[in-house]
Amino acid sequence: MSTLAVHDHGVVHHEESHEHHHKATFLNTYVFSQDHKYIAKQFLVTGIIMAFIAMSLSILFRIQLAYPEKSFPFLTTLLGHFAPNGRISADFYMSLVTIHGTIMVFFVLTAGLSGTFANLLIPLQIGARDMASPFVNMLSYWFFLMASIVMLSSFFVQSGPASGGWTIYPPLSALPKSMPGSGMGMTLWLVSMVMFIASQLMGGINYISTVLNMRTKGMDLWKMPLTVWALFLTAVLGVLSFPVLVAGVVLLIFDRSAGTSFYLSDIVLNGSVQPYEGGSPILFQHLFWFLGHPEVYIVIMPAMGLSSEVLSVNSRKPIFGYHAMVYSLIGISVLSFIVWGHHMFVTGMNPFLGGVFMITTLIIAVPSAVKTFNWLATLWRGNIRFTPAMLFAIGMVSFFISGGLTGIFLGNAALDINLHDTYFVVAHFHLVMGSAAIFGMLAGVYHWFPKMFRRMMDERLGYLHFWLTFIGAYLVFFPMHFMGLEGVPRRYYAFTEFESMKHWLTVNVFITWSAIMAGIAQLAFAYNFIHSIFWGKKTVQNPWNSNTLEWTAPIEHHHGNWIGEIPTVYRWPYDYSKPGHDEDFIPQHIPFSQTMSSNLPHDFEDNPGGLAEHTKWTDAQKANEAVK
Amino acid sequence: MMAQIQQEDKQNLGAKKFNMWIFIFTSFLLFMGFMSGFIVYVGGRGHALQVLLPNAFIYSTVVLTLSSLTLIMAKKAAKGLQLAQQRLYLWLTLFLGIAFLALQINAWLVLIKMQVFFSNPNAARSFIYVFSGIHFLHVIAGLLVLLNTVLATYRNIPQVKNIFKIEMASIFWHFLDIMWICLYVFLLLNQN
Repeated sequence: MSTLAVHDHGVVHHEESHEHHHKATFLNTYVFSQDHKYIAKQFLVTGIIMAFIAMSLSILFRIQLAYPEKSFPFLTTLLGHFAPNGRISADFYMSLVTIHGTIMVFFVLTAGLSGTFANLLIPLQIGARDMASPFVNMLSYWFFLMASIVMLSSFFVQSGPASGGWTIYPPLSALPKSMPGSGMGMTLWLVSMVMFIASQLMGGINYISTVLNMRTKGMDLWKMPLTVWALFLTAVLGVLSFPVLVAGVVLLIFDRSAGTSFYLSDIVLNGSVQPYEGGSPILFQHLFWFLGHPEVYIVIMPAMGLSSEVLSVNSRKPIFGYHAMVYSLIGISVLSFIVWGHHMFVTGMNPFLGGVFMITTLIIAVPSAVKTFNWLATLWRGNIRFTPAMLFAIGMVSFFISGGLTGIFLGNAALDINLHDTYFVVAHFHLVMGSAAIFGMLAGVYHWFPKMFRRMMDERLGYLHFWLTFIGAYLVFFPMHFMGLEGVPRRYYAFTEFESMKHWLTVNVFITWSAIMAGIAQLAFAYNFIHSIFWGKKTVQNPWNSNTLEWTAPIEHHHGNWIGEIPTVYRWPYDYSKPGHDEDFIPQHIPFSQTMSSNLPHDFEDNPGGLAEHTKWTDAQKANEAVK
Repeated sequence: MMAQIQQEDKQNLGAKKFNMWIFIFTSFLLFMGFMSGFIVYVGGRGHALQVLLPNAFIYSTVVLTLSSLTLIMAKKAAKGLQLAQQRLYLWLTLFLGIAFLALQINAWLVLIKMQVFFSNPNAARSFIYVFSGIHFLHVIAGLLVLLNTVLATYRNIPQVKNIFKIEMASIFWHFLDIMWICLYVFLLLNQN
């Protein structure tokens, strides 16, 4: 009977996704695959490539910051007219900063992170055969790839890539003639972002629908792993905020190309008065940051979810405060929509309004602290296994704390007016959403690598990668706090031009060499990743002794995930080291009837029949004891 | 076992329909973004629309509402297995949709005659074009969905699929109708 069912399930599934006869060809298996696991790998590999590109860009501008007056002939060889006489030009420096930010925020930490792990984990952890619409899911990846290619293609344009910063504030971005980067490069940036947003919406819609509609039997919302909760709420944030960015971008496109004045007013360009009237650049900032702030939670929440899971599995303890973790994720999601004004304290907004944004911003510290304490409490007296994934998850917590604390400084309008646009801000967000999110992502990669590629990554290279990156990130970003406190502004080309900032040059040299060290450390990861895909040690089905459903699926990948029936879920995903059980983990699909010795009365809160059985069993045990 | 298979199939179609609901929600948010942009712009700089909106917008609203009605009829026919009637109403909806587009273009021409241009120092006026233009693009997408639905009736597809397609088209098309009414009323309320 069960083998028969196997067969029929497979057929049904294929009929759904292709309508007609399904034939596995090279194209639909390895290129235009509709299998969520394969799409996850596509997202991951593209994301990693983009991350390496963005990192190289940062090394380039770090060289400029450390040695503003020195000539490096190899830069001219590499960059041509963007770096005449061996020095990166001021315009191109701005482009490097802009594209580094854009790629890291959107292409790596939004698409690379959510795209990979939502695709991999949502269907596998909730027990679904694939996404709600595998076809739309596939389109989501291809739009992302096109967006990446268009974004990178702007390096091959004569006037260079967009250079107004990743926030592309008008009027600089709205006037093609205002600087070289606002020309063709800016147009490509906008085209790329429109495709990117389309990709994110297609992905996000699928993730939400899949989580809400396609959970396996028994998997109610309170039995979902925190990864799924985090990825689900991330998708909700994306779906709510990206359309508003589209609105802002569309109006910007009209200002650039159709002569409207949504954002433009009283412009004098190269001595000639422009015809724009009555527009408001602040309007763009409102529309942008209404997306932009949720965006930083879109970046960090998946990392939180992945780390929660990795920390719990490798501490061999239930996650501390599961419900509080979920509620704080929900709290962060809700609050993220009413804090955008804290990016705009210096736009001349009404101080009363600023005060409101300040309060809402500081309230975010509450759910964030709940999460942090819960992670620490999960580690406390755990039977910790220091796998590379575990180290990266702990690193994520570390960065979230050290970067989050400065968020409290910046959330205060009175302090922010001094610190706005200084290196203090750069240090803050690179720790709290840059490093923390990257570490969460790497924790995910090390932890779920066996699920994705059926092989293990090398542990020793993982440790090397972790320590060099961890130390490197702190060495790079920590000194920036002090630069910012002294008022050193971000995005400046050469601080040697300013008498008061000259003395920071030595610090910049230090940061640059730290960045180069951390950059080289990533080669250890790249080697480990690629080598392990082909020649890594073969994995067993459940290498980390983990409870969640993805480890019940066979090692070999099938389109449809499980051969035969999808396992039914009976318990929450964090039954680690439950007293009375002979192993230190009980997977979600093991019914309570098989674990009588470890059951507790509160396991049967809404199950009177089960409770009766449990009482009967414990009474019988007591009777047996008495006989002895 | 057949029942089990059917159930799984149904569940997946339900999830796809849910996709459509979320999609129209994102689309709604896009228009909300524009509308709040309008409010911030008008409130912040002391501009106002001060345009008498062309009558063509009234006609187009009526036409679009009618097309929603014909689509309801089409769905009813589909549920009653009356294929010919379903086709007829679907084609009618399509033509009304095209008429809507023509009326919108006509409204723009009237606006241009009134010297209310898209490229305008008073961006509140540019917003008329943004609202109706982005909605216009959505309606084109809606027409493609309708076309797909009506063409599918000529390929002998199972009734479950037929109902599914017409339900998907209905969600989207009624949303476009309601969204347009919202936009139009919003513009009317802010006319001065």
